[in-house]
Amino acid sequence: MITVKINGQTMQWEQSMTIQQYLESQNHTLTRVAVEQNGRIVPKSIYSTQHIEDGDTLEVVSFVGGG
Amino acid sequence: MMPTQEEIYEALCKRHGKAVQDKLAKAKVAIAGLGGLGSNIAIALARIGVGQLHIVDFDRVDLTNLNRQHYFIRHLGQYKTEALKEQILQINPYIHVTMDCLKITADKVPALFADADIICEAFDVPENKAMLVNAVLEYLPDTWLLSGNGMAGYGQSNAITTRQILPKFYLCGDNISGNDTKSLMAPRVAICAAHEANMAAELIIEHIGKEE
Repeated sequence: MITVKINGQTMQWEQSMTIQQYLESQNHTLTRVAVEQNGRIVPKSIYSTQHIEDGDTLEVVSFVGGG
Repeated sequence: MMPTQEEIYEALCKRHGKAVQDKLAKAKVAIAGLGGLGSNIAIALARIGVGQLHIVDFDRVDLTNLNRQHYFIRHLGQYKTEALKEQILQINPYIHVTMDCLKITADKVPALFADADIICEAFDVPENKAMLVNAVLEYLPDTWLLSGNGMAGYGQSNAITTRQILPKFYLCGDNISGNDTKSLMAPRVAICAAHEANMAAELIIEHIGKEE
C-alpha cells in the first residue's frame, strides 16, 4: 500500500501508477492539464513513464475554456 | 494639455508612495492573450504604472468581444495588440509597450518571454492554456507565472480565488466554470482578471528584487 496526496486529498493505493494512468483514471484530457509532482512541473513527455510513488504530493491543474 | 512624465509619476507617487511606484516602474509584465482576461489585466497594470508591458495576441477586435473585453466601437476590426496599446498610452503615455501579433507555441516561449518578470497567462482555449503554463514552468522556471482558469457565468464571485500551486506559479479563477456550459460575461471575467493583476502588483511590490 502506498500513500499519496493529490490536490490536497490523501489516498491509499494498492500500488504505484504512472501519471498518465492516474490522469486517464480521472478522465482528464491530457492536453488540458499541468502536473506538479513534489514541487516540480512534470514534462508531458514523461507522463507515461513517470510513476507516482509512496509519499508523493501532486497537484493536477485542469484547464477549462474561457479567458 | 498632455501631462509630462514627471507629472504622471508624481500623481502615481501621491497615490502609492514613491517606494512602491519605483518598483512598479521597473517591472516588466508580459500578457499572453488579450481577450477578456488579458485586456483587463493590461489596463489595470497600466493604471498603476507598471513600467513595461509586453502584450501578445494574434487576433482582431470583434463585436462579440465587447461584452467583456476592454475595447471600444472604434477598435472593431483592429488588431488587439494595437487597440490595447492605444488605450494604455491614453492612460499613461510613458509606459513602454511592446507588441507581438502572433500565435504562441511552446517553442517560441523562451525567446518571447525571456525578459519578463511576470507572465500572465490569459488564453481562452484550454489546450493553449495548458501548453503555455507547461512551457513556462519547464523553460522559464525562474519567471513568475500567473494563470486564469474558470471564470464563466455570473454570480458566485467568491468562488474565484488565487491559489499558489508552485513557489512561482499562482492560479486564479474557480477552476471549473468553462465557457462550454456557461457564458463569459464582463463582471465575472473582470474579477478573475483583477485577481491576476492584483497578484502581479503584490509580486512586484513585495517579492521581485528580493530574491537574491
